[in-house]
Amino acid sequence: MSETITLEVLRYHPETDSEPHFQRYVVPYRDDWVVLDALNHIKDNLDATLSYRWSCHMAVCGSCGMTINGEPKLSCHSFLRDYRGKVVRVEPLDHFPIERDLVIVMDSFMEKLGSVKPWLIPKVEKPLSAGEYLQSPGQMQVFHQYTQCINCLLCYAACPQIGLNEDFVGPAALALAHRYNLDSRDGGRDARAEVVASNEGIWECTFVGACSEVCPKHVDPAAAIQQTKISASVGWLKDLLTPGAHR
Amino acid sequence: MVEFRARAVVIATGGAGRIFPFTTNGAIKTGDGMAMAYRAGVPLKDMEFMQYHPTGLPGTGILITEGSRGEGGILVNKDGYRYLQDYNLGPPDPWPRKKAMELGPRDRLSQAFWHEQQKGRTIKTPHGDVVHLDIRQLGEKLINERLPMVRELALAYVGVDPVHAMIPVRPVVHYTMGGIHTDIDTATPLPALFAAGECACVSINGANRLGSNSLAEIVVFGARAGRAAANFAKTNPKPGLAGKAGEAAQARLRELFGREGGGDSVSSLRKAMNDTMESDAGIYRSEDRLRQTCDTLADLRARYRRMPLQDRSNVFNTDLVQALELGCMLDVASALAQSALQRKESRGSHQRLEYTARDDANYLKHSLASYQGDAPPTISYRDVVITKSQPAERVYGGAAT
Repeated sequence: MSETITLEVLRYHPETDSEPHFQRYVVPYRDDWVVLDALNHIKDNLDATLSYRWSCHMAVCGSCGMTINGEPKLSCHSFLRDYRGKVVRVEPLDHFPIERDLVIVMDSFMEKLGSVKPWLIPKVEKPLSAGEYLQSPGQMQVFHQYTQCINCLLCYAACPQIGLNEDFVGPAALALAHRYNLDSRDGGRDARAEVVASNEGIWECTFVGACSEVCPKHVDPAAAIQQTKISASVGWLKDLLTPGAHR
Repeated sequence: MVEFRARAVVIATGGAGRIFPFTTNGAIKTGDGMAMAYRAGVPLKDMEFMQYHPTGLPGTGILITEGSRGEGGILVNKDGYRYLQDYNLGPPDPWPRKKAMELGPRDRLSQAFWHEQQKGRTIKTPHGDVVHLDIRQLGEKLINERLPMVRELALAYVGVDPVHAMIPVRPVVHYTMGGIHTDIDTATPLPALFAAGECACVSINGANRLGSNSLAEIVVFGARAGRAAANFAKTNPKPGLAGKAGEAAQARLRELFGREGGGDSVSSLRKAMNDTMESDAGIYRSEDRLRQTCDTLADLRARYRRMPLQDRSNVFNTDLVQALELGCMLDVASALAQSALQRKESRGSHQRLEYTARDDANYLKHSLASYQGDAPPTISYRDVVITKSQPAERVYGGAAT
C-alpha cells in the first residue's frame, strides 16, 4: 500500500454545531504536495462539505492562511514532507471568529486596513495633463519591502497583542501605512497619524516580533511599527518645540 | 439572494484558464464573467486563442517568468540539445539576440515542445513530460538579484536550485486571449454592460498575446471602462427591479439545491472537462479530436444539469460556488471548442494539424460564439479592423536578423 498521511481538520458549521470539533482524513502522501493539495484531495474525493479559502497555490494571493500544527502558515506553502510521519492538525487562523470550518470572518481586518488610508495622498494634487508623479529606483527601494504584503493575516494570528486587544490596528495595516508614509510621492502622514499614532495604533505594539517571524513575504511589520514610533515621536517633539511649524 | 440595481455594469473577472488542468491561473479563474455575458446574449470573441506559456513548473503549473530567458536562460531537451533551432528559431548563435531561439514568441516555443514530445526527446516525470530550462550560466549573484522568485519557486515546488541544476518546465495554459466581445470603448453589444481585462476581448491580443500586454488591458482599458460606464450611468435612468429575471435566478438556485441522487459531482465532471480540453483542444488540434471534445462537452453539460450538490447548507458553501463555477467553465469551454473546430487554419496559438497554414483569405476574421442554451453555440465571423500595422509573415531566428 502506498504511503498516507493523516490530517486532523477543525470542522465547525454554525447551523448545526454548538462548538468546533476535529475530523480525521487519511490522504495519499506525496513529497511535493503542500497541505492545500491534501485539502483539495479531501474536497474532491472524500468530503465536498469541507470549507476553506484558496486561489493561487503559489504564495501570492494570501487567501489560504491557516493554523498548521499550531503555527500560522499559508497552506499552499506548507509541504507535507515537513510533517512526514506526523498527524497534520489544520485549524483556522487564531484571533478571528470562525465563519465555517477553516474560513474566518475577516471584516475587522478589512476595516482596519481602510482606516490607515493605504493609498497615495499626493503632497500637491496635479491634473492628469501635468504628467506622472515621478520616483527614482532609490526612492522606491526605501519602501519596497513593505509593498510585498499579501494580506494573508498570518501576522494577526501570530500577534499576542491582537489576542489581548482586538481593536489593535495590527501589523499588516500599520506596515502598509508606513509604506505610504515612506513614499516620496506621498504627503499623507498627518492624515494617517490619527489612526496610526492612536491608542490602538503603533503604541499598542510591544515589539514581540512574532509578526515578522511568520510573514511569508519577509515584509517585517515589526520593523515598520518601530520606525513609525520613532518618526511619530520626532514629529511630536517638533510640534512641541516649534508649534505648527513643520506642517 | 441580494438584488443589485445598477445603471451600468463593468465585468472585470479575468480569464478562464481553469478549464484546462494545467494552468498558471488561480482557482478563481473559471470564466464566470465571460459566462454571465455570454448567457445574457453577448458573443464571446476569438475564444479559440488560448495562450500557452512555454515555461510552467510540472505538477503545479507555477509560472517561471519569461525574464529567466530574457536574462539568458536556455531550453534544452533530454539530450541537452537546444531544440528550438529545429523549429525556424535558430541558429543558436550569436546569443542572445532578439526574435531568435529562447527569445522567440510564446506560441512558437510551446509548439516546439509539442514536436519534441512527439519525437520522444522530452524528459519523463511523474507529472508528465518536461524539457529543461537552464539558467546556471547566469551565476548565483545575478539569479538572486534579477530572478529571486524563480529560485524560490523552483526550490520550494520542484526541489531544484537553479544556481546548480536545470529547472523542469513544460508549456502551461496562461492567458485567455478571447473573451467578451467589446468595442474599443469597452462597451459590449448589450447596453449598460462593459468589460475590461482578461475577461474582455477588445482585440489587442490577436492570436498570440505579447508578454505584459495584460497591463495595457488593465491600465488603458480598465480606465476606459470606468469612464464609459460612468458616462452611461450619468445619462441613463436607474433600472427597475429585476422582477421575473430575479425570480428565475432564485428558482434556478432552488432547483440546484433540491436535486437528488446521481453519480456525478463537481470534481468528477470538472476532471472530465479538464481531460478532454487538455488532450483534444490544447497546443495542437485536429478535426476528429475537436469533434470528440465538442461531443464530450455536450454530454458533460447535460449531466451538469442533473448534478446534485453534496453540500446543501447556507453558510460559506464552497460546493455551491464550485458548482456554479463549473457551469460557467463548461459553457465557456464549449464556446472555445466550437470556435476552434470551425477555424480551419493555423494562426498563433490556434494550430490545426490538417490546416497548417495561416489562411488570411478566409480567416482574417474574429470568431463570435453565440450562446444557444442547452445546444452548442453558433459561430459567426466579423472583419478585423486593420489600421497601421498590416498583416505580414511572422519571421524569427536567422531570417529575422
